[in-house]
Formats: sequence, C-alpha cells, structure tokens
Amino acid sequence: MILAGAGAAFFIVPLVGLLVRTPWMSAWHELGSPEVLAALRLSLLASFSATAIALVLGVPLAWTFARLTFPGRSVLRALTVLPMVLPPVVGGVALLLAFGRQGLLGGWLATAFGIHLPFTTAGAIIAETFVAMPFLVITVEAGLRSMDTRFEDAARTLGASRWTVLWRVTLPLVRPSLIAGAVLCWARALGEFGATITFAGNFPGRTQTMPLAVYLALETNPDAAIVLSLVLLAVSLAVLIGLRDRWLGAS
Amino acid sequence: MTLEARIRASLGAFELDVELAVAAGELVAVLGPNGAGKTSLLRALAGLVPVSAGRVTLDGVVLEDPAEGIRVPSERRPIGLVFQDYLLFPHLSVLENVAFGLRARGMARAVAVAQAGRWLDRVGLPAEGGRRPASLSGGQAQRIALARVLACNPALLLLDEPMAALDASTRVEFRRDLRRHLESFRGVRLLVTHDPVEAMAMADRLVVLENGHVLQSGTPADVTQHPRSRYVADLVGVNLFRGRVSHNVITLAGGGSLTTAGAADGDVFAVVHPRTVALYRTRPDGTPRNVWEGRAVDLDLEGDRVRVRLTGSPPIVAEVTPAAVRELGLDRGDQVWVAVKATEVNVYPA
Repeated sequence: MILAGAGAAFFIVPLVGLLVRTPWMSAWHELGSPEVLAALRLSLLASFSATAIALVLGVPLAWTFARLTFPGRSVLRALTVLPMVLPPVVGGVALLLAFGRQGLLGGWLATAFGIHLPFTTAGAIIAETFVAMPFLVITVEAGLRSMDTRFEDAARTLGASRWTVLWRVTLPLVRPSLIAGAVLCWARALGEFGATITFAGNFPGRTQTMPLAVYLALETNPDAAIVLSLVLLAVSLAVLIGLRDRWLGAS
Repeated sequence: MTLEARIRASLGAFELDVELAVAAGELVAVLGPNGAGKTSLLRALAGLVPVSAGRVTLDGVVLEDPAEGIRVPSERRPIGLVFQDYLLFPHLSVLENVAFGLRARGMARAVAVAQAGRWLDRVGLPAEGGRRPASLSGGQAQRIALARVLACNPALLLLDEPMAALDASTRVEFRRDLRRHLESFRGVRLLVTHDPVEAMAMADRLVVLENGHVLQSGTPADVTQHPRSRYVADLVGVNLFRGRVSHNVITLAGGGSLTTAGAADGDVFAVVHPRTVALYRTRPDGTPRNVWEGRAVDLDLEGDRVRVRLTGSPPIVAEVTPAAVRELGLDRGDQVWVAVKATEVNVYPA
C-alpha cells in the first residue's frame, strides 16, 4: 500500500507543483505574448499537418499490414513502428541524414525541386510525422484486424467495387480506431521535441513549437514556461478524457 | 434460368468438391452437418472464395472457369447472398442498408432511396427505415437482409442458414414468412441449412453435403426413405446398413447378415425402422427371419417410446414401448434377442 501510494504520488506531485507555481494572475498576459502565440500557432499548424499526412499515408499502410501478406511484411511493419521506441533525437539525426543538405534524398530534393526541409516549418512537420504516424498505423491496423471482414464480403456481393467497399463500409466501420489513432498521433506530434529540435532546429515563428518554447523559456521567462506547460497539460487531459472509454473502461 | 456448378476448391486442409444444378422456380436446400462445407459452397458461388477447378454457369453465362481463366468478380455476379447473421451494416440506417446495393450499382441517391422504401413495404416493415440495424429484432433483421439482396434483382438467391439467428420460438412463424417471400422470387434459389426440419419444410429438393462432398440428392421424401449416409439415417432416425446381397441374404459390411424379402443384387443399402425391431428375453420361434443376440447399451425415453441401442452383429437401434421395457425387465448391459422380419428390411441399390 505504501509503495502504491508512493507510486501514485510520483505522478501527482509534479502536476500539483505545476498548478501551485502557475502565476494565475499573469497567465492570460503570458499567453497573449507574441512569442507564446507564435509557438502556439506553429504547434497547431505542425501537429495538424502531421496528423493529416499520417492519415493520408498511414491508413493505406495500416490496411496493407492488416489485409495483405507478402514477403518482408513483418520486417516492414517493425520498421514503421520503430519510431515509437526509438529515441526521438536519433529519429532527428536519421531525418537529417536522409533529407539534410548532404543527405540521401536531401541533395536531390534541393537541386531538382529547390526544396530544403531541414530548419524549416516543413521540416518540423516531417519530424513530427515521423515520430507520431506509428501511433496511427498501429491503432488503425488493430481496428482493421478486429473488424468482421464479412461486412466487406456482403458489400461486394451487393455490387460494390473495392473502392466503394473501402469508403462506404471499411472506413466507417473502423471509425473509432481512426479517431483514436488520429488523436493519439496528434497528441504525440504536439508534444514532439527531440526529433524536431534536431532536424528542424529552434527558430521562433518557423520551427519553434510549444515544447521547444517551454524548454527555452524555462531559462529566460519561467512564468511563460509554466503557462505553456499548463496549456499542453490541458490538451493531454482533453485527449485522455476523450479516449477514456477506450482505455479506462466505461467506469 | 438455371444454375450449373461444378466446384472444386481447397480451403486450407478442407476440400470442397460439389456438383450442383438448380432450375429456376426450384428451391434447393443443401443440408449437412456443421463443417460440411455449406457456407464455403455459397461463398464459392458468390465469388468470395476462388475455385481451383470446375465451372459455374448461370443462365448460360460462365461466371467462373479456372481452365479458361474466367472469373467474374463478386460485385459483378448477379447473385444475392443472405448471410447467416445477416450482416446488416451497423453504421447505416435500415433504409440505407436496403439502398446500398442500388447505390453501389450507380443508381442516383433519391431513386435508390425511393426504391428501397418500396422494398421495406414489401417485407412489411415500412416504418423501420430510419432505425439502426442493432435495434431490430432477429426476424426484422432477416427481412431487411432479404430486402437488401432482392432490391438488387439477382438472378440467383443464396441463403446461408436463414433461420439460425432466430429464437426457436419464432422460427416456425418466420419460416412461413420467408417461404412466402421466396415464392415471389423468380430466380434460382439455393439455401443451406443444418436443420433437417427447415430443409424439409422449405425445399423442393435436398442436396446432402458431408465433408465437402454431395452424398445424396432428391426430393425430401426420396431422401428420407432412402438414406445413403449415416448422417441422413440419424436425422430420420432409422437403422442404415450397407452390404452385398445374394439370394435374399445381405452380407453386411460391418459384420453380420440380414435376410430380406425384396429382390435385389449386388451392393445395397438396407434400412430397418427401429419400431419394427422386436426384443425378447429368450430366443423367439416362428416367423422372424432375422434373429440374433445383442446387448442393450443405452436406453433413452423419446416421446412415448424407448430407444434401445444394442451392440451385436449387426448393432441396431430398437424402439419399444415403456411397457415392453418393464415386461422384459430390460436394463443397460442386459443380453436380449433381437428379431426383425424379412419384410421389414427395405433394400435399395447402393
């Protein structure tokens, strides 16, 4: 019991600390400061863009993993979920080596299209997508696997093409997984720090997302850091409450 | 309009090898125990399972012929399949479910919805269009599933255990209902079931499927009078023997012999109804031509009769009255004499 209490306290005390130290009087003022607003705006832009990319690329990937068998499937699947366990900094380094000026694709992208990803907002989005997309892929794949595929059979015998089956039957039936996956993906993207700072740097207004701003502000303006942290905490709580049926049961 | 199918398909370790012909207006029931391959047969006909060899034609149009490389995809076969648990799309309303096939075939939304509404009328559920399938009763879901399929105007209607998802208490009523709906359908009708009562009540012709193979087909009366497998014999509740007859004596494949009054030659099936099997404590004299000693291994009260399962050569089941059991003082493990008149051994070619 004591150990369990200590365990619970371990999680609760930091949160209480954050709330106690919050400068409630000046909170609104801090939130309105241009730097904070810029970071907030950039964070929302990058995290929603990353989620959109993850949906467009991740859902077909999840479908492939759930429905097709091909040689190397498990290896490919392991590689795509690797970012979930990979230290984000390593992800950032890997992205630099791929899309950096000297990188595998970066040089070609720069000369052929004039696209420079590192240290740009696009780069921040790429970094967040890299780290967050596996959450979507895993969740949607699980949803597709647990779905009764005979609904798809029924749709086909009713004359629906594969495309119609996908849009009118498969995706609506895995909607809960799609929503959960997208929310998890978005929350992870919002909190992304390591890969972003490594690959995209820390330029206010361009690549400085909220977590980077919190880290920086802790040195110069602790109150702003606390207020920003509080905003991120609120977002996390909202996600948890939104998905509570999934994780905490119906209690 | 006819369906002609020769289907060979391997599904894992299971081999399906079926030949089947169904004419328009005919309702054929494929009857077989669970795992016989009934659902696989329907899925193969609907194009959901690839056929490895054979040929499926409907009204002369080849739907599948691996040898010629023909395989019409499911969505372009004029086939309606009512699934065992109906599989109404849970995220669509009842009306949208019925309109689904029409929409998938490119019909404009308004037209499809209007037509779906008329189908709801036809199956007697005009007011349920706005509901979700989850809120329907089993019988309502069955009728919606049927409407959803019939709305697409299929040439071949397949039904997979249409009654299995219903309560036993409502089955009789819905069987009558389903039969009425099926009668108004002009195409080819094929239903699979493991319930012999359902098969007999609905079908014009039975096809008995066991272990992926057709064992027997014919009218319900023909199948029940001349069972050709243990499965059918058990369904009907008769003793089935197989053997070789010569000069009125059948030498049984499982040991023992039976004398028959009928004239036949070669390999035969012999059926003995349990009610015609008489039991005695001492060896009976007189007319019975078949007398042998057996041991009662099981006594079961069924209705007003006791079914006595006997080992011996051959083993047999007798049906006697409870009074007879009392008179004989019969109990499990007792030795008795079994007698069957030669005229009660019905013989037909194997």
